[in-house]
Amino acid sequence: MSAPRSRLHELLLSDEFVVTAELPTTDSADPRSVREALEPLRGHVDAVNCTDNSAAHPHLSALAAAHLVADAGVEPIQQFACRDRNRLALQADLLGAAALGVRNVCLMTGDDVSAGDHPEAKPIYDLDSVHLLRIAHVLRDEGTYLSGRRLEQRPDFLIGAVENPFAPPLEFRPVRLGKKIEAGAEFIQTQICFNMPVMRLFMARAGDLGLLGRVPILAGVFVLRTAKAARYLREEVPGIDVPNEIIARMESVPPERGSEEGIAIATEIVEQLRELPGIRGVHLMAIRNEGAIVRVVERAGLLPRPSPVGSVPVG
Amino acid sequence: MRKSKLDRRPPATASPVTGIRNAILQVERVTKETIWDCRMCGQCILHSTGMSCPMRCPKSLRNGPCGGVLQNGNCEVLPDRPCVWVQAWHGSRRLPVWRDHMDHVQKPVDWRLQETSSWENLLTRRDAYAPAGWASPGAEGGPT
Repeated sequence: MSAPRSRLHELLLSDEFVVTAELPTTDSADPRSVREALEPLRGHVDAVNCTDNSAAHPHLSALAAAHLVADAGVEPIQQFACRDRNRLALQADLLGAAALGVRNVCLMTGDDVSAGDHPEAKPIYDLDSVHLLRIAHVLRDEGTYLSGRRLEQRPDFLIGAVENPFAPPLEFRPVRLGKKIEAGAEFIQTQICFNMPVMRLFMARAGDLGLLGRVPILAGVFVLRTAKAARYLREEVPGIDVPNEIIARMESVPPERGSEEGIAIATEIVEQLRELPGIRGVHLMAIRNEGAIVRVVERAGLLPRPSPVGSVPVG
Repeated sequence: MRKSKLDRRPPATASPVTGIRNAILQVERVTKETIWDCRMCGQCILHSTGMSCPMRCPKSLRNGPCGGVLQNGNCEVLPDRPCVWVQAWHGSRRLPVWRDHMDHVQKPVDWRLQETSSWENLLTRRDAYAPAGWASPGAEGGPT
């Protein structure tokens, strides 16, 4: 067994059920904005994802956020989307991230610019996520750029990818997971799971392909606050499957109880995911509702988190 | 005519494309644009993608669908159209051969080949080119 590349890697290699969460984006030039967004999550999750212009809206950069998070003593997972940069810029930022202490990266295609507030922008998509995974792997393990030119010092990060078990073609999703593993993915974070039967089907198919156990999978879980948010996710966020039962449950409670019901739903999903072989943890998301993430971690009996003291390598 | 040192285009893309090369280009363009809505990327993998041209994907994805495919199988960017990768998956299941190509990791696009003939590039092996780093061995994942 090689030495763990990061705190997250160490936990994924242990028996611990891992908890990660999405760090809220900020639209500020002040580094305190990131530290303030981080504080509610500190001690309640093992790592936080620094999103890369999520939903195709510009925000404080993922690289800067990840650096500030690492500096604050919390483990960052820096996301890279293929939408905004070509292969030169992506490789430069992968090296830069490693130089600034980022030990986990998560590589993805990215929402289209048409989903964001600059729909007139030129989408880049020079590479797709599988290409980027392979290139990150080559940077790290071959010590060269895609061109073959040598690096002076290789980056040392754990390479992650995403997969959406809930979007068509459902039968192809596990195959695509296999392609990502072949390209270099070492952990997977999934799209938001509200539909356990589809998740179980995905995991069963991945098992048939011999993929379970080859990579740890962290299932995405969203903490709802209102019925409106549930309908918004279903109708306006592409790729998210929100079954009718979830919407009915959120509608069955008065609005002031919505937050509690959302926490209850998310907790139940976390508990069911925990029983699913191959699922090594959860990735929790909420929109400006980090307190609810902490409540879910608490109610699912996932506290205390293992102490990270002295194990976060800050470069 | 001697090629200037500043002309860094590979032979396949260097102008002028005349004579037999132009004939191949035009025949390919007309047939493939008509039948498959081909985008003339010059490095055709149509047979590996269930005869659904991946360059029609608004994100130019070469390795499968993004996570934004709508529940009805349509594209998130062009919601009135089916996702080209949903079509690729179903198309590949119907092919008697090359089905397993859907699991192949496809290399990044060589954007210099846009608007050139993939048939010529296949014959000259120009389309076999991959950057040196891509060709390096040992890309296998999983924490060890």
